Amino acid sequence: MRGLRQLTWVTFKLYIREPVAAFFTLAFPTMLVLLFGAIFGNEPAEMFGGRGSMDVSLPAYSGLIVGTIGLMSVPITIAGYREQGILRRFRVTPLKPWTYILADQCTNLLMTVIGMLLVSGVAWVLFQIQFAGQIWAVLLAIVLSTLAMSALGYMIASVANGARMAQVVSMVIFYPMMFLSGAGMPIEILPDSIRRISNFLPLTYVVRLMRGLWFGDPLSEHWLEVGVLAGITLVGGVLAARFFRWE
Amino acid sequence: MEAIVQVEQMSKRYGEVQAVVDLSFDVYAGEIFGMVGPNGAGKTTSIECLEGLRHADGGRLSVLGFDPWREQPKMVERIGVQLQESNLPPRLRVSEALALFGALYPDPVPGDELLERMGLSEKRNSPIGKLSGGQKQRLYIALALINRPQLVFLDELTTGLDPQARRAMWDLVREVRQGGCTVFLTTHFMEEAERLCDRVAILDHGTLIALDSPEALIHSLDEEKRIIFHTRADPSHIQLDQLPGVTRFELNGERVMVQGKGERFISSVVAELEDQRLDFRDLRTEQPSLEDVFLHLTGRKLRE
Repeated sequence: MRGLRQLTWVTFKLYIREPVAAFFTLAFPTMLVLLFGAIFGNEPAEMFGGRGSMDVSLPAYSGLIVGTIGLMSVPITIAGYREQGILRRFRVTPLKPWTYILADQCTNLLMTVIGMLLVSGVAWVLFQIQFAGQIWAVLLAIVLSTLAMSALGYMIASVANGARMAQVVSMVIFYPMMFLSGAGMPIEILPDSIRRISNFLPLTYVVRLMRGLWFGDPLSEHWLEVGVLAGITLVGGVLAARFFRWE
Repeated sequence: MEAIVQVEQMSKRYGEVQAVVDLSFDVYAGEIFGMVGPNGAGKTTSIECLEGLRHADGGRLSVLGFDPWREQPKMVERIGVQLQESNLPPRLRVSEALALFGALYPDPVPGDELLERMGLSEKRNSPIGKLSGGQKQRLYIALALINRPQLVFLDELTTGLDPQARRAMWDLVREVRQGGCTVFLTTHFMEEAERLCDRVAILDHGTLIALDSPEALIHSLDEEKRIIFHTRADPSHIQLDQLPGVTRFELNGERVMVQGKGERFISSVVAELEDQRLDFRDLRTEQPSLEDVFLHLTGRKLRE
């Protein structure tokens, strides 16, 4: 555990200083709020069960944030650090791999929370979006979603040779998921055939869980989502730990 | 003397390539031990086996009493390492790097004290990516020393540095040793090994071909030294070739070259010049170097 606090703090600062990562995590979802808000507004609609389009989009944007962090930032950073010999330097210190990953996960969580606060703050000020859930339940969903998506990210990092390859693999995995899972746009406007595909995408479960808990569903209605995400975390975590390479 | 690193018949191969063959040597407490040889001689492989980054295929290795592969977690608490191919995130600041590495050890040297010693105090808020090559290397030494190690490994410390920065680095390494830390370094600069190391292990094609102090290695060559000077006077009346040890004598305009060997060769020639009151200037001597030792042992020149 030695070094966990320092490493988390350093990892967080480095995340903020990386302009591309910071943009996609913080600014991009906010831009979507402004853009789609300006186009569709937030008038109650039949399609969204009497809620506005921004109301249902906002919790789904958490999928964008955890996806960007877990599926893009995690693998690209880790593969890059490995390529540049940064992880190698840590290997000749008493730092343990799991301390490293724990610090990284703390940063991922922190970034998700900051991203959600920012995007909901903007949406609340401009469109008075609704929140009908419980904070602790939403926080739980955030933690679980971040862990699951990052576990996938560590797996990509273990497989990919170099930052370039990690970037390509991440994009191929994340970009289709971003649209097909309902994270980037409400799942209701997608045709049935695509909604069937979405059942096979991990990010879909993040979006469903967040939307459900955001509007006050009891957790018991979402055991499927919780189970899928916990399973991904567990399996991904074991595989990532098994195949984690310092160099 | 206490051997704090013991290596017996270490071997390491990568597929078909035998990188290190039957290497045996000891490193004693308090010395600057250097491993020299051309690129690809097996220096980095050897040092990385000792750091616990690679697993030697065969042989017995002991570093501060630890098996570097099996007991690496315990060993790293007490050694310092500067790696050849390694880096830190370019956006990380100097002071942050020191705080981070300090937090990994129980009793770290305060970061500011290390920055002072390394002459980096003014750079404490600079991102690592903005440091010059020499400044980066000094930071890496600072990080290697942060846990008050007994033994520090420096792999190709001065590669890529300009001559001035290289000399400054030599002073720094001497200071590290002065502070009671044993130094194990690798270099492909023979001059560096000669100036800096107490003992030098010369590697070629993964085998140890010589191990001794630079002076002893050079002495063992029994090669001739040269004295060269200029004079306007006519030196032909001085019977320089009759002096003890002198083997050759050449007169080329104003330039005179005397070649010979033996402990007293240089002093007897200079004394004779003084006795005869010859008006000479620009006197210099040329002595064999470690480079010549390598040439003699391998029959080829060490390429940079």
